[in-house]
Amino acid sequence: MAGRNLPLEAPLRPRYVGAADVAEWKVMVVFALIVINKAGGLIYHREFHEGLNKLSVNDYLVLAGTFHGVHAITKNLCPLPRTPGQPPTGIEVLESESFRLQCFQTLTGTKFLLFTEPHQPNIDGIIRKVYELYSDYVMKNPFYQIEMPIRCDAFDRHLASYIKPRQ
Amino acid sequence: MNAPQASAVPAAPAALQQPAQRASVGGLRYPTNRKTIYDRNLNRSRTSELSKASFAYLFGEMVSYAQRRVTGIQDLERRLNVQGHPLGLRLLDLLLYREPTRSVQRPTRILPLLQFITTTLWKHLFSRSADALERSKDNEDEYMISDNDPLVNQYISVPKEMNQLNCAAYVAGIIEGICDGTGFAARVTAHSVPTELWPAKTVFLIKFEPEVMEREAFLEKAR
Repeated sequence: MAGRNLPLEAPLRPRYVGAADVAEWKVMVVFALIVINKAGGLIYHREFHEGLNKLSVNDYLVLAGTFHGVHAITKNLCPLPRTPGQPPTGIEVLESESFRLQCFQTLTGTKFLLFTEPHQPNIDGIIRKVYELYSDYVMKNPFYQIEMPIRCDAFDRHLASYIKPRQ
Repeated sequence: MNAPQASAVPAAPAALQQPAQRASVGGLRYPTNRKTIYDRNLNRSRTSELSKASFAYLFGEMVSYAQRRVTGIQDLERRLNVQGHPLGLRLLDLLLYREPTRSVQRPTRILPLLQFITTTLWKHLFSRSADALERSKDNEDEYMISDNDPLVNQYISVPKEMNQLNCAAYVAGIIEGICDGTGFAARVTAHSVPTELWPAKTVFLIKFEPEVMEREAFLEKAR
């Protein structure tokens, strides 16, 4: 699936953000974000931009559960780490004509799924920033119960102010 | 002479021993250049700042701890307030001790006290001054200190069913401790006043006891 439209060396993840990237952010789009907990349950979903059909909450739950399962199986396809020191990873990218789904798994097993336009640059940077916001505004909130759905105003607010201006 | 002193200066002549002995009476090492923990922070790095993340986790645990066995939001705020109170009492003495000796004065009137809180205390705790200090129009005995983005609430999102709660009640407790320590008995509470620009804006309402206002009026007349 991956790499059908793009050559492998295409600038999927520029390491350094230049002026060209910043200009591109304005046209590129982040559609939605999903957070999946260790057990495969959906704990957060949010749509930022029109462009994908709306899914019902139920469908999101199924999507989260299914992805979790597929991710766990694909991890076993190649149980030996390719790069020493790194744990083996499962699916990282799913790509279609109209969107690209990037998965980022934290060391504790929480997964962040980001739906973007197929040519969105710097997805790695965006997803890491989302992870940073999560660890700040969710994990440091004494009212958040771990592994439960995320209902934190500050997280919503900062996520919006990070992702919205880029569109 | 006790053991640590003897081992610290084992073979020095008596004349040299003299200052060292005097300095360490009571078990505290007391350098002559006044650089004890009372004069400056334990953390002596360049900016002498502490990790915000560690504080956020500690404070989060304090809130969770206070949340156990409480009957309601008011009870929870009271507990946070009580946790801050001793800190205020101690900080008052420490901060006054650290003021330059020429200008140091224990506040005896309400305004100097409030200025001490919004500048000296705030700068010590949060490295900046408070954002506003106002007097209530309706009640003479009420003063308000506002902070646009309190450090303690930075990472805290209060759930909707507890929207009356403001965890800055802990800071309110510190302010109350300072007021109590200076002899201005007061009730201090923290209230959220979200605005478009500052969603976490908090107002600390200081309500002085009637006897404090009575004394204040008397001092005003005596001037």
